[in-house]
Amino acid sequence: MNIKNKLLIEPIVATNPVTVHVLGICSALAVTTSLATALVMSASLIFVLCLSSTIISLIRHHIPTSIRLIIQITIIASLVIVVDLVLQAYLFEMSKRLSVFVGLIVSNCIVLGRAEAFAMKNPPGPSLLDGIGNGFGYAWILLAIGGVRELLAAGTLFGRTILPLADEGGWFVPLQLMALPPSAFILLGLLVWAVRSLRPEQKEVLPGTGNEEKVI
Amino acid sequence: MNSVNPLHWWHVFLALPNTRPVKTIGVAFLVALVCSFSVALTAVTLKPLHDANRLRESAASLVEVMEALGLGMPVMRLVELASGDYVIHDPGTRVGLDPARGVAGLGKLETVATVYELHEGGRLKLVILPVRGAGYQSTLKGYLAVKGDLNTIAALTFNEQDETPGMGARIEEKKWQALWADKQVADESGVIRIEVVKGKGVGVHEMDGISGATRTVSGVTDLLRFWLGPDGYGPYLARLKSQED
Repeated sequence: MNIKNKLLIEPIVATNPVTVHVLGICSALAVTTSLATALVMSASLIFVLCLSSTIISLIRHHIPTSIRLIIQITIIASLVIVVDLVLQAYLFEMSKRLSVFVGLIVSNCIVLGRAEAFAMKNPPGPSLLDGIGNGFGYAWILLAIGGVRELLAAGTLFGRTILPLADEGGWFVPLQLMALPPSAFILLGLLVWAVRSLRPEQKEVLPGTGNEEKVI
Repeated sequence: MNSVNPLHWWHVFLALPNTRPVKTIGVAFLVALVCSFSVALTAVTLKPLHDANRLRESAASLVEVMEALGLGMPVMRLVELASGDYVIHDPGTRVGLDPARGVAGLGKLETVATVYELHEGGRLKLVILPVRGAGYQSTLKGYLAVKGDLNTIAALTFNEQDETPGMGARIEEKKWQALWADKQVADESGVIRIEVVKGKGVGVHEMDGISGATRTVSGVTDLLRFWLGPDGYGPYLARLKSQED
């Protein structure tokens, strides 16, 4: 696999920021009540991640080590505010549903993680690809959980009825749990389990099982 | 020649080792400058759209209140708060408030406010008053609808707030807002008694609280007491009451 494909494809499953590194969980739990919110949140994160990685990579040789985190956060926070303002202007209803969670992209560990771990050490081109790859790695998890939650909690996908509700003369009795944040934990846990069962190399070795040295 | 060329100095600056304090401060300053400029530019460019969105939402929320009560559209009136009289023109002036008095966390108050009245069969049926005040971490804005007796609450809705989602932000929930109907503002002697309490409210003056949002709902109590009191719509409501009686 050439290096460009590797940067783009690996974060989708092999080094997925959510399932492997368990980063960005807070927003993954909060905005996955419906597909639409998950989609807008993913798009916002991809935008911020791509731009922040590119910008930070462009100026990486001139960022003094002592203030590098402050510089990274300043750039990320500015991008997030811009995204938030744009959403409030053009997608007002959606921005109300997402409430603080767009703003919280600032503290999303994926964005700062990629800036610190990748963009600070690599040229802008690869950093952008790394941003896109990780952004989509986060997005598909969000969309998968959002889709399952919306379908089981409201019988809809993107607001369109898929399973007619019993209340409205259909047959489907919605799962109240799916509308609540804990269900995202459960679904995410199942997803991590599924991915790690298919790819045993992602399993973490627990201390005390005699395999500790493998972790290092 | 080189010494006056700004590009030359730019290159000198970039060539400085990152460990030099002047480079550290310079980079920090430049990043802050560029970032604040882009944020400010976006905010200023999009401001008309933000204002329009907020206005549309506020109007929609008013229409919603009226529809929920099954009523027609009200008449808009301008009221001078201090005297309670109608005025034709809103000078747009604002006066400072004395924070020592209960002011619902507001710093300034407009001298003229916009209210809405609904008459039916010659009698006052409903008064809709825009209210606002400090919550836990944001300003709460909404409408209070008072029935024709000027003491019974018909509805209270909040359409603008930035409280903690799932906690204070629940003041926007229809279920909670619906509980306001038929609460009484003051007792027989005219003392304002309306209050949001912890847990379940008892009687006509107490409203159910929201668990985990004590400071938000106490903000709601404060803003109701302020706006219904002498510094808010008090004089105006008193005048309406004397006319109705």
